Amino acid sequence: MPVTHAADESERTGLGHEATAEELGAAGYTVFPDGKGLPEGRGTVSEGKAVYQQFCAACHGRNAEGDEAAALVGGRDSLTSERPRKTVESYWPYATSLWDYIRRSMPYESPGSLSDDEIYAVVAHLLHLGDIVGEDAVLDRETLPRVEMPNRDGFVSDDRPDTGGE
Amino acid sequence: MTIRKRRPSRRAFLGLAGAAAASSLHPAARAQTAGEIRDLGETPTEYGKPSAFEDSKRWSRAPDATASSSNTPLADLEGIVTPSGLHFERHHTGVPAIDPDSHRLTIHGLVDRPLVFTMDDLVRMSSVSRFHFIECSGNSAREWSPAGAPNVQLSHGLASCSEWTGVLLADLLDEVGVKPEASWIVAEGADAGLMSRSVPLERALDDVMIAYGQNGEAVRPEQGYPLRLLVPGCEGSISVKWLRRIEVAHMPSMARDETSKYTDLLPDGKARQLTLVMDAKSVITRPSGEQKLDGPGFCEIRGLAWSGRGTISRVEVSTDGGRSWTDAEIEGPRHAKAFTRFRLPWRWDGGRHVLMSRATDDTGYVQPTLAALLDARGRSTIYHNNRIKAWEVQESGEVTNAEA
Repeated sequence: MPVTHAADESERTGLGHEATAEELGAAGYTVFPDGKGLPEGRGTVSEGKAVYQQFCAACHGRNAEGDEAAALVGGRDSLTSERPRKTVESYWPYATSLWDYIRRSMPYESPGSLSDDEIYAVVAHLLHLGDIVGEDAVLDRETLPRVEMPNRDGFVSDDRPDTGGE
Repeated sequence: MTIRKRRPSRRAFLGLAGAAAASSLHPAARAQTAGEIRDLGETPTEYGKPSAFEDSKRWSRAPDATASSSNTPLADLEGIVTPSGLHFERHHTGVPAIDPDSHRLTIHGLVDRPLVFTMDDLVRMSSVSRFHFIECSGNSAREWSPAGAPNVQLSHGLASCSEWTGVLLADLLDEVGVKPEASWIVAEGADAGLMSRSVPLERALDDVMIAYGQNGEAVRPEQGYPLRLLVPGCEGSISVKWLRRIEVAHMPSMARDETSKYTDLLPDGKARQLTLVMDAKSVITRPSGEQKLDGPGFCEIRGLAWSGRGTISRVEVSTDGGRSWTDAEIEGPRHAKAFTRFRLPWRWDGGRHVLMSRATDDTGYVQPTLAALLDARGRSTIYHNNRIKAWEVQESGEVTNAEA
């Protein structure tokens, strides 16, 4: 199949309609590691602690140590052990992924219910619990992508096949 | 249910017209069947079901949870197509109910013309129908231990194969006009958790489909009704279900399900990321674990093989624990990135036998042993286990999981 990046108008079916600004606004968005997609808003560690206790602690534990749902902190230096503990602190390479995932999928029983400010705040609280940002951290669309996650360089590209063949 | 005129039943006819009338028409037939009147069968139905004597079921590890999965009963199936109602499920926030009339697919981002498609728009476009397997990369997660799971539904049931119908994503990307700086697409579902994964643009322009059909009918709700992404040969979670949005982008989004999950941790603490392709794999489905042979004699060995890199070129079967191997017959046509059925005539002598299968694909890749996988990857990768699986036929005829 030829890789065509833009077919001539005559080759297009013309099906579908051009998205209006309103439709694009309602369609949803993606947050990328470089911060593209992050909305306005901000949140602090202390604001995030309150959000966390209200919406997250029941499943993830009072200090994000894990309960019914996964542990979110701890596990540094465990990745080479027999029982690796993969948490936000020990494993996730980008803070933006945490923001994006909470916006999409959390709280589990009512995804979509947190405001952008609350998401920035709860991310700040979790990153503070994981000793990644200080107590006075304020996260927004500028500062969040600059957070350096401990396992930022912990990933390699797919080099399979790795079992030799014959 | 609609009320319809009914013809008089056979019994009513006999009762009304009397035995004399019947016997005068067919005296000889009446003599042969006297005392053995056969009941008529059921009337036509609007949507057929399997025989009441059949009991094939998916198996779910957490049937009451919305974040759950269910496994296909591979041992019950013949040929290469998984019945739609038995296709494995994996969803993270439950199965949404979506009205196709109000469903929209928006394609935007680094494009010349962001477009919104209705289902009608998509069905009007040029379509393709292709057989492809989907396999969860967590399939066979129990197979990291030597003996693995006790039956093939548990060991390999997070894999299924359907004939999918839909539009090539390349055609849709032609409609929007992809900008030169684009290198990835990000797909998003309309489930509660807005499941999202990134696909390299090069791959998206190859054989990726937007599917609305499955095995001749609409895609099932558990499989993404009314619309799903289908990335042939790749780990299942990238084939985003309930597809509502595609963003053409300059980088992968590094979503939770391509960083925290579905990455493969190696012994040095580094993790392989975006390990999309499912490597060649095979398993014997009959005789397989928890089945029982009711006596020595002929028993065809049959199973399934598949590869995310292409077609299956060879399947070998061993009945002696891997000491010797025989080429199985592969039934055609061989579809790329689809289940392929293999068969080998076998005569069970009543003794203990360890049965194994080993697939080779058209890239020359040979399905590895568990030892080879562990040697290459250690014990913490979780995903992408395509080891050779062994079943042991006992003298009693019972079939169990065996170390291999």
